[in-house]
Amino acid sequence: MSINYIYPEYEVVRNDARCIRCRVCERQCANEVHSYDEERNLLISDEAKCVNCKRCVTLCPTHALKIVKSDCRFKENANWTDDTIREIYKQAESGGVLLSSMGNPKPLPVYWDKILINASQVTNPSIDPLREPMETKVFLGKKPDKVKRDENGNIICKTSPQLELSIPIMFSAMSYGSISYNAHASLARAATELGIYYNTGEGGLHEDFYQYGPNTIVQVASGRFGVHKDYLEAGAAVEIKMGQGAKPGIGGHLPGAKIVGDVSRTRMIPEGSDAISPAPHHDIYSIEDLRQLVYSLKEATEYKKPVIVKVAAVHNIAAIASGIARSGADIIAIDGFRGGTGAAPTRIRDNVGIPIELALASVDQRLRDEGIRNNVSLVVGGSIRCASDVVKAIALGADACYIATGALLALGCHLCRSCQGGKCNWGIATQRPELTKRLNPDIGSQRLINLMTAWKHEIKELMGGMGINSIEALRGNRLMLRGVGLNGKELEILGISHAGE
Amino acid sequence: MKKIYVNEEWCLGCHLCEYNCAFAATGDKFMSLALKDKEIRPKIHVEDDGKIMYAVSCRHCEDAICVKSCISGALSKEDGIVKIDKDKCIGCLTCVLVCPYGALVPNEGKAVTKCELCTDNKCGEPACVKGCPNNAICFEERG
Amino acid sequence: MKNYVVVGGGIASLGCIDGILENDREGRITLICGEDRLPYSRPLISYYLEEKTTLEKMQYRSEEFFKNNNIEVKLGVHAEKIEADTVVCDNGEKVAYDKLLVATGSSPFVPPISGLDSVEKKFTFMTEADALALEAAIDKDSRVLIVGAGLIGLKCAEGIADKVSEITVCDLADKVLSSILDKDCADLVKEKMEERGIKFMLSDSVEKFDGGRATMKSGGTVEFDVLVMAVGVRPNLTQLKETGAEINRGVLVNDKMETSLSNIYAAGDLTEGMDISSGTEKVMAILPNAYMQGFCAGKNMSGGDCVFDNQIPMNSIGFFGYHIMTAGSYDGELYEEKSGDSVKKLYVKDNRLVGLIFLGSVDKVGIYTSLIRNKTPLDTIDFEKIKKNPSLLAFSQNYRRKNLGGVL
Repeated sequence: MSINYIYPEYEVVRNDARCIRCRVCERQCANEVHSYDEERNLLISDEAKCVNCKRCVTLCPTHALKIVKSDCRFKENANWTDDTIREIYKQAESGGVLLSSMGNPKPLPVYWDKILINASQVTNPSIDPLREPMETKVFLGKKPDKVKRDENGNIICKTSPQLELSIPIMFSAMSYGSISYNAHASLARAATELGIYYNTGEGGLHEDFYQYGPNTIVQVASGRFGVHKDYLEAGAAVEIKMGQGAKPGIGGHLPGAKIVGDVSRTRMIPEGSDAISPAPHHDIYSIEDLRQLVYSLKEATEYKKPVIVKVAAVHNIAAIASGIARSGADIIAIDGFRGGTGAAPTRIRDNVGIPIELALASVDQRLRDEGIRNNVSLVVGGSIRCASDVVKAIALGADACYIATGALLALGCHLCRSCQGGKCNWGIATQRPELTKRLNPDIGSQRLINLMTAWKHEIKELMGGMGINSIEALRGNRLMLRGVGLNGKELEILGISHAGE
Repeated sequence: MKKIYVNEEWCLGCHLCEYNCAFAATGDKFMSLALKDKEIRPKIHVEDDGKIMYAVSCRHCEDAICVKSCISGALSKEDGIVKIDKDKCIGCLTCVLVCPYGALVPNEGKAVTKCELCTDNKCGEPACVKGCPNNAICFEERG
Repeated sequence: MKNYVVVGGGIASLGCIDGILENDREGRITLICGEDRLPYSRPLISYYLEEKTTLEKMQYRSEEFFKNNNIEVKLGVHAEKIEADTVVCDNGEKVAYDKLLVATGSSPFVPPISGLDSVEKKFTFMTEADALALEAAIDKDSRVLIVGAGLIGLKCAEGIADKVSEITVCDLADKVLSSILDKDCADLVKEKMEERGIKFMLSDSVEKFDGGRATMKSGGTVEFDVLVMAVGVRPNLTQLKETGAEINRGVLVNDKMETSLSNIYAAGDLTEGMDISSGTEKVMAILPNAYMQGFCAGKNMSGGDCVFDNQIPMNSIGFFGYHIMTAGSYDGELYEEKSGDSVKKLYVKDNRLVGLIFLGSVDKVGIYTSLIRNKTPLDTIDFEKIKKNPSLLAFSQNYRRKNLGGVL
């Protein structure tokens, strides 16, 4: 096909009065958008290659660059939007499934933004976190239903294994392979410093990172890549991944080109072979099957580590969670439909799954109704964007949140949503050594620590305003939430009143 | 004493250090005005073979052979910093001939230029370090 | 408290003083300086004539330096005789020493050419006094004959080029800078100087002078107003000779800068040392070596244990903005590059870089020089990688971690 119907989506705007021809844009763009014409002393751009990752914009020392969305658009049409037309052109050209990365960008409702938080006025005092103690620590794992005492009347303290978190936030699963060694190093170091956890994803655990084991959750997914005895023993908890918010119902595929060197060794598969994670676990077709794997993993780790079961938020999530809570799992992680990914079929990412806010509220309610809420802790993810999202999630019933996109943003991700290309200019979603070195974990881990420290302050401020001084007291406290612009059904599912009520 | 050190594994070869260095020397407020259409003569340079890359600037050697070799007495060591008296230097380049790092920069018959850890401008701290996007150069005490 | 006596007013003496001060700030240092001004840079006299520097700036150290470090300076005083523990000066003074550095340098050599006495305005070109005398003797109409196309002769020519009407340089050798350049490089330098109006008569020498006329061996004649004799220099060895030090072409010193006489050290132009690039003993009368020798001597005189065992001949010099760098010896396999006005020659022998010549572009040459000085075995580095462009890429990552990263 000689004509390319896909017009460049972005324009590189170069302010020539500012450009000093330092060529940092040219050197830093792995997509080769910029090039220098020595004879004419000009920097020129091939905009068709631009993914709008803003690496050049960020590094340009004179701020001579900006990337703008091209205003060369198709004829206006509310039904056939530019994106829709472009996708059709792409598929008409390639004959393939469309691939996308990171989370669902569609303008579907974000319930966090329609929920407001309460504050104390007159009748109950608010708390100043700078003056009074405030507890952000949480423990994840099965909780006893009641206080038990031995024959001498002493409290029996022995509980199931727990994860102790200094703040109710963890870095969720991203595999080594989908993200770089240095991204993993940053997450691992930050988690350790912060007293929280990061998650290996289904890529195994690089030998260099065993030292961070006490702050690592090791994942067992349908491909079982990188799973072996030492791996399971290295982590603080084991997570069985049944599904992922960005692509519920389907598996994963890391192309052979990325299975090189340490990635291949860590995954325990030959170099160059595609890493295909099946859609289901082929040994799990029922809750009973899941229970077998949960207990296999508990056996393997001598019942010393909590087992997490991670599922995507789908229509009948409440019933599924109820089953998981009875399977022996210690923690249920639910991933909402806005969760990120290194690569997913666009149609799946944008159309499958349900919002985490609704899933969380219905699961928490269901488990309470069934009297099994203490069987498990609930962790939710899938676009937790800020401290107030965390507070709302806790008030809706979560024990803790998983964040990944937010963490990647802290590391430099600009959400260009081109991870599938493997040429991440920020050194995150790539295995090319000249790109991975762009993420210095000294900087990366510090930025993560800064972000979490900032959120911790904000969480304390928000809790203090409500007159609440611990996460424990906030959990499931839906009276602290009100909805705005929500209909009766939505409010009913969320279990909150409308603002003004 | 604090010196500029290179963390080779984190150098991106972006060359920003060179431009920040050249800019610092101008004392100008805006880099675009200061360096537009100018050939720069930075006192730090990036060496890059496509795989290995790192920046090199004066090491302020304990036993600085450039100072010992300077025929005009323009180079001297003050508080550990190898300094150049631009007024005294006559541009013979003997220092360039002896520096094992290639850290001194000839300047078209004028006085040689070299890194003085930004003590010779108003930058406060070394501009190359301040502007390095990946901590590939740092200004600290080591060894 | 030790008595240190340093004889000579050049850079070797300052090196020695720096060396002593690093170890011993209590001792008494006496500097005996033949000229009646504080040590200054002799190589700068041509730049002075060119007005690129001033007599004040040429001075290496301020008066305060000597005062603050309790150094007694005797200006305009020569050491006449060296005895076992005393230096006898030409003003009759006797200065006792525990450790002595002799750094009396060298003096211009003026060959006995017939009729030289008949020349009215004749000069050598070594000291500030020489430069001032020459400056006073020339004007914009002067025709100047310089005998000797070595470093001194050519630097002199450059220094006065804009102040006189005509300069002719003659030399017995068939090329300029014969001690440091090969023929084709020398020819390039000659061309550059000819472009600035300087005339050369090479492979030729003056047979006789007759007032303002020189008759050349080749039969030609040169009319001139001012004559500069720049044939070469000879080490000033008289005092050491009388004292009985071992002497060849220069005074023999070991790598601690000790002469054969106890407590007597020597440094600078009068010494003969090992050129490690060729493995031969020679007089390497160049400034950096003088300082380093002096420094080494000073350290040892004050109880230190210092060796200076990597001397090589090396020069960095320019004429009218055209730069020349040379180092080591020109022996072995030659790697050569020429582009435009720039020439680059590297000489490799027995797995080592032993010599280099650069003309024109000279960026980062020191990286090569240090390979020569350190006798770096070329098979331990990636020499091929830096033949074209000098860089530290040739070295191991560990080398760079240590030297650039400060990681021990």
